[in-house]
Amino acid sequence: MKDYGIFDILGPIMIGPSSSHTAGAARLGKMAKEIAADDSFYKVVFYLHGSFAKTYKGHGTDRALVAGILGMGPSDERIKNSLNIAKEKGIEVEFIEKDLGYEHPNTAKIIFSYHDKDDFYIIGSSIGGGNILITNINGNEVEFSGNYPTIFVKYKDQKGTISRISSILAKEDVNIATMKVSRERKIATMVMEIDNPIKDSIIDNIANLDEVIYITGINPIGR
Amino acid sequence: MFNKGSELLNLCKSENKKIWEIIIQKEIEETQISYEELMENMNSILNVMINSANAALDKEITSVSGLIGGDAKKMEDYKNTENTISGSIIISAIAKALSTSEINASMGKIVAAPTAGASGILPSAIICVKEKFNLTNEDMIHGLLTASGIGEIIAKNATISGAEGGCQAECGVASSMAAAALVEMVGGSVDACFNAASFALLNIMGLICDPIAGLVEFPCALRNASGVVNAMISADLALAGIKSIVPFDEVVDAMYKVGKAMPESLKETALGGVAATPTGEKIKKQIL
Repeated sequence: MKDYGIFDILGPIMIGPSSSHTAGAARLGKMAKEIAADDSFYKVVFYLHGSFAKTYKGHGTDRALVAGILGMGPSDERIKNSLNIAKEKGIEVEFIEKDLGYEHPNTAKIIFSYHDKDDFYIIGSSIGGGNILITNINGNEVEFSGNYPTIFVKYKDQKGTISRISSILAKEDVNIATMKVSRERKIATMVMEIDNPIKDSIIDNIANLDEVIYITGINPIGR
Repeated sequence: MFNKGSELLNLCKSENKKIWEIIIQKEIEETQISYEELMENMNSILNVMINSANAALDKEITSVSGLIGGDAKKMEDYKNTENTISGSIIISAIAKALSTSEINASMGKIVAAPTAGASGILPSAIICVKEKFNLTNEDMIHGLLTASGIGEIIAKNATISGAEGGCQAECGVASSMAAAALVEMVGGSVDACFNAASFALLNIMGLICDPIAGLVEFPCALRNASGVVNAMISADLALAGIKSIVPFDEVVDAMYKVGKAMPESLKETALGGVAATPTGEKIKKQIL
């Protein structure tokens, strides 16, 4: 039996018309931008799956997703005009209806394109009540909600890396809530949810480890 | 602390507290939020609710698809003719419920309570009763907290999703929450709150979810209007001393079972009900 609090029942404060199609979509877009951690993209392509593909226009899912990648949260009144705001900023957006395979009905693949580096993508779903689940980052399978501060690290798989990372966190007085590590061709991917807000010093210290290839920290996005 | 309505009722009785007092106590215990922060959040929720319930009364707000809009203003203008069948508080409640629904469908700011599709009912109910009885914002917040307790029990033991339980689980639950809120706001007993919540739910048991083209517009807005009136008559039934023969928890359980027994076509898939009428199908083709 899931427990509910006051603000699960009275809330979220959001831009209508649908918590999964609009509020969840805005969070998904914003989370994708936070994970990509680089705002210099000139183009974003959204592959929309399932119910997202069928009803995105009427529900404003397209505007909410674009609002998210522009950094707006689910209760930002500019969501309605996000397509124009993106145009003014010179960011190209495109929506493609596509079957992404066996995924949650409200799923999007969001691809960021940059002039000076490779594309970056995430796949995530809006799973109801404005909640989201990120399931893939650039081909790495992950699973996290964005409700907690989350650290995403890619590193060359070597003995002792996990202990080096966890001791950095211990020194910063940070408690690890969940941790998942997967591995492909000697490259490991770690997703950690922690109890405290992410500070730059944590990210900098982990990034300084020789084996670390990529790291980003994402603080929770309000519902 | 509690999972069932009967447990919440017993807590209220053993500790000699109102539902809202228990809800505050539980939230503070479980989330470590401070009382001040909790009240600040409640005030933000109340402000968004008040704005959305009034925003479409004096100007026509049109939904993104263009399917609905302007009806809240029509009702408000109609109220001012002073020649209505239902009388001014009912007409006013309908207008405010339509207003929030129209704000929602036009991508304006609302509070999902418990969902975006049913967001018109609770604000309208508490504002109209506050105005009629000259109550305070604090009274409205006590009503909202009472509503939250009812909603939490239904979410835990049944569902608040139209896709899972039909519209009875969205507008039905919102009505049930609002009915309890109104009883609390005018000083009714905790028992009466639960009776009112039961009446509202059983008055519309079996209500299907059939949005045209899958959009939260038609018949959703109309059902927010009937939902707030349902909440008001349920509150009055309970305040008159009428009791629900079937206890609240069993009504919630029945609602869940009815929802489960409904065919998928009647649960937010836009494949049945008015969504599947020739007109519904035609509109779907035009919009999507």
